[in-house]
Amino acid sequence: MSIARPVSELPPLSQEEILRYSRHLIIPDVGVKGQRRLKAARVLMVGAGGLGSPIGLYLAAAGVGTLGIVEFDTVDVTNLQRQVLHGTKDVGRPKVESARERIRDVNPHVQVIPHEIRLTSDNALEIMKGYDLVVDGTDNFQTRYLVNDACVLLGKPNVYGSIFRFEGQSTIFCTPEGPCYRCLYPEPPPPGMVPSCAEGGVLGILPGLLGLVQATETVKLITGIGEPLVGRLLLLDALRMQFRTVKLRKDPQCPACGTHEIKHLVDYEQFCGIRGAEEAERVNGVPTITPVELAERRKRGDDLDLVDVREPNEWEIGRIEGARLAPLSSFAESLSTMDSARDVVVYCKVGARSARAVRQLQAAGFKRVWNLAGGILRWSEEVDPSVPRY
Amino acid sequence: MSVTLRLPTVLAKAAGGQTVHQAKGATVGDVVADLATKYPELGTRLRDDKGQPYPYVIFYLDDEDIRFQKGFQTPVPDGAEIVVVPAIAGG
Repeated sequence: MSIARPVSELPPLSQEEILRYSRHLIIPDVGVKGQRRLKAARVLMVGAGGLGSPIGLYLAAAGVGTLGIVEFDTVDVTNLQRQVLHGTKDVGRPKVESARERIRDVNPHVQVIPHEIRLTSDNALEIMKGYDLVVDGTDNFQTRYLVNDACVLLGKPNVYGSIFRFEGQSTIFCTPEGPCYRCLYPEPPPPGMVPSCAEGGVLGILPGLLGLVQATETVKLITGIGEPLVGRLLLLDALRMQFRTVKLRKDPQCPACGTHEIKHLVDYEQFCGIRGAEEAERVNGVPTITPVELAERRKRGDDLDLVDVREPNEWEIGRIEGARLAPLSSFAESLSTMDSARDVVVYCKVGARSARAVRQLQAAGFKRVWNLAGGILRWSEEVDPSVPRY
Repeated sequence: MSVTLRLPTVLAKAAGGQTVHQAKGATVGDVVADLATKYPELGTRLRDDKGQPYPYVIFYLDDEDIRFQKGFQTPVPDGAEIVVVPAIAGG
């Protein structure tokens, strides 16, 4: 598998480019031809976050001629622990802007095409059709299925990578002979089962390691060298520093690349069970109390059992004074320590996990139980700024 | 048959904090059942109510996807290695 263009279609290199890329040009496998292929290449990065940062920096440095970046987010200070494409001065700016600026500095020969928009079923095919391949560095299941299906429909390779805490996965999907994302994972996990990096954390270096696997595979596809990571899933365990590959097979029954019954992009939020389900879980039947209301009740001296359902490592970061810890992961065991005659207020980081805890308490017969709206982050914002935000 | 089962860190918490486990069983399903007896919470993360694998948690027996073999009925050679690969989406 390679997307290498015929030599007759390749743009020439300027003298300045020849000097800049000299360490590539003297590798026989890359050479002038490979570098001209890189210059001609049009790569779309979906996401300019943890994975997108090393991908963007290295593909730019390597001389990929056109880099499209789909990203609607702005730079947040919590991104900087891993998103090295952005700097402290960029906090609050759109990521596509800081990415474009940084990439221009790395290599002014690269044309950056910013797409400051959320990739959706309505715009994905239109955006993606102008590129040779797509590098998936998104952070959620719905966009991953969207990118996959669009790549299958357009016949474009999808250089995939995903990470969680200390582990990563990478492969190339959607080549004519290889499997697609749906061959590997026909269905996503239910919402809430797999924590996101924002909820579960990620070792900042990990996207650097895995993003460079994706960048390496991208350069190999463009230049036509080596054995691409097709039909093999690379599993990275950073704690043991083990890389292993398992075999990926194309599923003849896959609705995307096997039977081709997926002829159009679908509603991926619905497919991933997000629309409605999370909202319903958050809102329906879960009584809430705002931080200000809770502060007033505490000020009045009301007898309240304030329960923190986060994990112990989050508790160590900071907590609401007077609370006690009962992590949601072992909440069933904590139920016996609670008194249904008392008023119970439950909180977590932003309010989603505590909503689940409230449901468990309700199921156990608790009548006077409330979820702290917005969790400890909103408490910090509205009541006690000495509680650290994270 | 004695086999090694490797879990990702995301599932280790449900398995006593350990990612590498020794287990017994004639098939992949038996091995999962063996571990589920020891760690009930892990059991619910590895198989559904009907005892079948989830479509988002993939089992590799000596680097081969068991879905293209006999699923949980796939026989396990002595000393084999099972790797559990759940879908993750972080980026």
